[in-house]
Amino acid sequence: MKGTYLGEFEEVVLLAVAIRDGDAYGAAVVNEIEQQMGRSVNLGAVHSALHRLQEKGLVKSEMGGISPERGGRRKRLYSVTAYGRRVLEEVRQLRNQMWDAIPRTAWS
Amino acid sequence: MSKAPLCRPPRFAQRLLRWFCAPHRLDELEGDLDELFQDRIKSVGVHRARWRYLRDVLSLMQPQFIKREEKYHPKSTTITMIRNYVKIAFRNLLKNRAYSVINIGGLAIGMAVAMLIGLWVYDELSYNTHFTHYEHIAEVRHYGTVPSTGIIRGSEANPIPLATALKVRYGQNFKHILLGFWDGDYAVSMGEKKLTRRGKFIEGDVIDMLSLRMLKGSQTALNDPHSVILSQSTAKAIFGDEDPIARTLKIDNRMDVTVTGVYEDLPENTSFSHIEFFAPWALWVSSNTWVKNVENSWDNSSFSVLVQLADRTSLETANAALTDFYVKNVPKDMVEDAKKYKMVLYLYPMQQWHLYSEFKDGLPAPGRLTFVWLFGIVGGFVLLLACINFMNLSTARSEKRAKEVGIRKAIGSLRSQLINQFLSESFLVVFLAFIGALLLVSVSLSWFNELADKAIAFPWSNLYFWSISAAFLGLTGLLSGLYPAFYLSSFQPIKVLKGSFRLGNMAALPRKILVVVQFTVSVVLIIGVSMVYKQIIHAQNRPVGYNREGLLSIPTNDPNYKGREETIQRELMRTGMVVRTAFSSSPLTNVWNNMSGFNWKDKDPKTESDFSITHVSHDFGALAGWQFLAGRDFSRSFRSDSSAVILNETAAKYLNLKNRSRSAGAAGLPIGEFITMDDGKRKLQIIGVIRDMVMQSPFEPVKRGMYFLDPTYSDAARLNIRLNPQVSPQQALPQIEAVIKKIVPSALFKFSFVDQDFAAKFAAEQRIGKLALVFTILAILISCLGLFGLASFTAEQRTKEIGVRKVLGATVLNLWGLLSKDFVLLVLIAFLVASPIAWYFLNGWLQQYTYRTQLSWWVFALAGGSALVITLLTVSFQAIKAALVNPVKSLRSE
Repeated sequence: MKGTYLGEFEEVVLLAVAIRDGDAYGAAVVNEIEQQMGRSVNLGAVHSALHRLQEKGLVKSEMGGISPERGGRRKRLYSVTAYGRRVLEEVRQLRNQMWDAIPRTAWS
Repeated sequence: MSKAPLCRPPRFAQRLLRWFCAPHRLDELEGDLDELFQDRIKSVGVHRARWRYLRDVLSLMQPQFIKREEKYHPKSTTITMIRNYVKIAFRNLLKNRAYSVINIGGLAIGMAVAMLIGLWVYDELSYNTHFTHYEHIAEVRHYGTVPSTGIIRGSEANPIPLATALKVRYGQNFKHILLGFWDGDYAVSMGEKKLTRRGKFIEGDVIDMLSLRMLKGSQTALNDPHSVILSQSTAKAIFGDEDPIARTLKIDNRMDVTVTGVYEDLPENTSFSHIEFFAPWALWVSSNTWVKNVENSWDNSSFSVLVQLADRTSLETANAALTDFYVKNVPKDMVEDAKKYKMVLYLYPMQQWHLYSEFKDGLPAPGRLTFVWLFGIVGGFVLLLACINFMNLSTARSEKRAKEVGIRKAIGSLRSQLINQFLSESFLVVFLAFIGALLLVSVSLSWFNELADKAIAFPWSNLYFWSISAAFLGLTGLLSGLYPAFYLSSFQPIKVLKGSFRLGNMAALPRKILVVVQFTVSVVLIIGVSMVYKQIIHAQNRPVGYNREGLLSIPTNDPNYKGREETIQRELMRTGMVVRTAFSSSPLTNVWNNMSGFNWKDKDPKTESDFSITHVSHDFGALAGWQFLAGRDFSRSFRSDSSAVILNETAAKYLNLKNRSRSAGAAGLPIGEFITMDDGKRKLQIIGVIRDMVMQSPFEPVKRGMYFLDPTYSDAARLNIRLNPQVSPQQALPQIEAVIKKIVPSALFKFSFVDQDFAAKFAAEQRIGKLALVFTILAILISCLGLFGLASFTAEQRTKEIGVRKVLGATVLNLWGLLSKDFVLLVLIAFLVASPIAWYFLNGWLQQYTYRTQLSWWVFALAGGSALVITLLTVSFQAIKAALVNPVKSLRSE
């Protein structure tokens, strides 16, 4: 069942890839996470998470075109697979289900 | 634009990335990094951006980026093959567990022994190298030829003006010339606290010469005549954690000193490591009248002179300048003597102090170096034995593996691949053995240190050690792997697989030769060890001429003993713990004084006239148990005994006087004759001759000696006590201590038992004996391991033969004889080879002892016999096991 388990950081990276729909590459994901979460992350951590996600089949990658701001270097573009999307939705559903299960009295 | 270079990412990080990153991923990562860098310059500034860049690069060091694309870097077949070799090697080891244990265990023991000996040899060779000026320090020695006998005598004791002359006339050759006294044990006291510490009185520049690391105090700490510097551990022992600087101490209760420095303890393998404090020479002069009296005298040679050469002067230059030192510098009336005795002054360099510890004809000769060689050779041999085992077992197994080789070749294995396979097997075994040896050494090092009296630490961080080990591993692996590798890989597959393959008798020949070599070494070692022990026992059983039991010796160097000797003896007797007491000028186990210039009737002017001298108080003879050959002991009833002398047997014979006295019983002994002292006036009458007392080396002949009566205790240095045999030492010691504390409160109560002091004289020989014994046992063990392996192998090979023989009616005894015969023959040959070798070396070793045991034939017989018994025991186990097997089992298969 190792394949379906999604770690916290992996989830964040997967969400960032989904947000940057079509333009998700390493640096972009780093920027996205830093903006959204307000914490600094290492490029290496992001790449290793992407690598794991790809091994689990949650994202796929292809080499993108040459862009001038990168000094003519190519990007590896990631996108969420259908399976990845389903897993994200499952996670969200699970969360909601648990949120709903919290009794109202618990907060007071 | 001036900021431009700063806006670049750190070069180092870029280079690092390009180095580790796989080329096909580099483009993408560099792009990401650059983009982030540019963003961050804007958000957090260049400096932080550069830091983050570096952090990102480091975080990218992951397998996915390091791994190269497979199509450009295909998996190397060599790697696969090596992996396969190692795997096969491991399987083979596991399949033949017994062989593997014997092989690896034997080799590990051999390596461990070689390693321990190597460490020991290294420690010996690096003796004194701790000192920065190691190559420049020397001791001043001299030698001269006695004209009458032609014997060359040397000494390191010099007169004080000699040092002065060196300083004045030869100063340009030296950086330091330091006068000093021999190190000795002193009572160091602070108030009530008293300790015995070894110290040296020497001129203050010793700090610079020995490059002492001063933890407290300066380089000039010894310049004040009432200063002292302590070793770190001594300072701690006396003052604990308090600051010792400027505290006052008393040495021997008569010299007041102030602590001016503390130096770091010197390492164990230096000549000065046992010295615990240095005190200034000036203090020694001012507090000893006898030294002050001889300050300008060339006659009294009692002092040590250490020098450090000037930086540009070589030892040879300095020595060349010193050859005619005596003729040029001694006072006029002594020049003649110096010429007559051909006196030569020379420098004895620190490099030789330890290994060239003996003197031959006045010049340093290898003493300890012999042992370094000896043990080095033994270590080499033990290792050789282990390697031989390894080779023997590998080749012996060859026949079993012949089929494997055949099949491998048949399915296309190259010869080189087979060679590689066998070599990797041998390297694996050697490597495992090396790890085993490391474990063994680290476990046994503390025990070895105790045995060898060393403080060797395992050189985990020493690069030399590891490179030597690596070289050695390579060599052993190759040597022991080469023969099986080339031999086994040369088999022809067709012969092997058809089953017509037999190894001829010749194949076993090298194996047999190796076994003979092994047992030759073992037998030589057995004989050697037996002879070392025989020599020790021989010297221990030597009649010593006095009774050592229950004798106590107390040094009386505290000046407050003076004048209280009678009281002490009386009080001690009153305790009832003591049967007799006496004072003497040397302990019973040594003679400190030598005097010459004696004259006697009919003395040939050419004969030497030096005797060892002991001053004794009344009762000393009774205390020691003198055995009189003639005459009588000193007695209180004869006042004239203060000018009487008692000789030992050697001295009496040396005088060569005919007995003309009426009273003496034994003929030929010079009772009643007179000896004239060196001043030519005082005459001493010989009143007794005693049996020789072994006071110095038990391996040397007893020196001709004289005993003078010292009724006023002026030369007393030791208080000798014979304990009451009815009481135990535990009971007696506190009472003796109480008496001494009461009468001489300032003195430190220190004592030694004479029998222990005497036993200490054998320490060096006993140490060699123990070390040799350990190595011999290990050597035999290794040889036996090999033999055991070989025997089990032969037994296995001849299983069918044994089965057939049994069916035809052979008894177990027949079969046992059959299997053991070969090995017994080999051991007998080994014994024949070993005996003359052992005889040659041991004869040489025994020559250095004057009082020595004989090389008896039975030692050889014993060694041969024990080698035979050990062999039979080892082989029999396998032989009997094979002979007991039911023939049905061994014949049923196939």
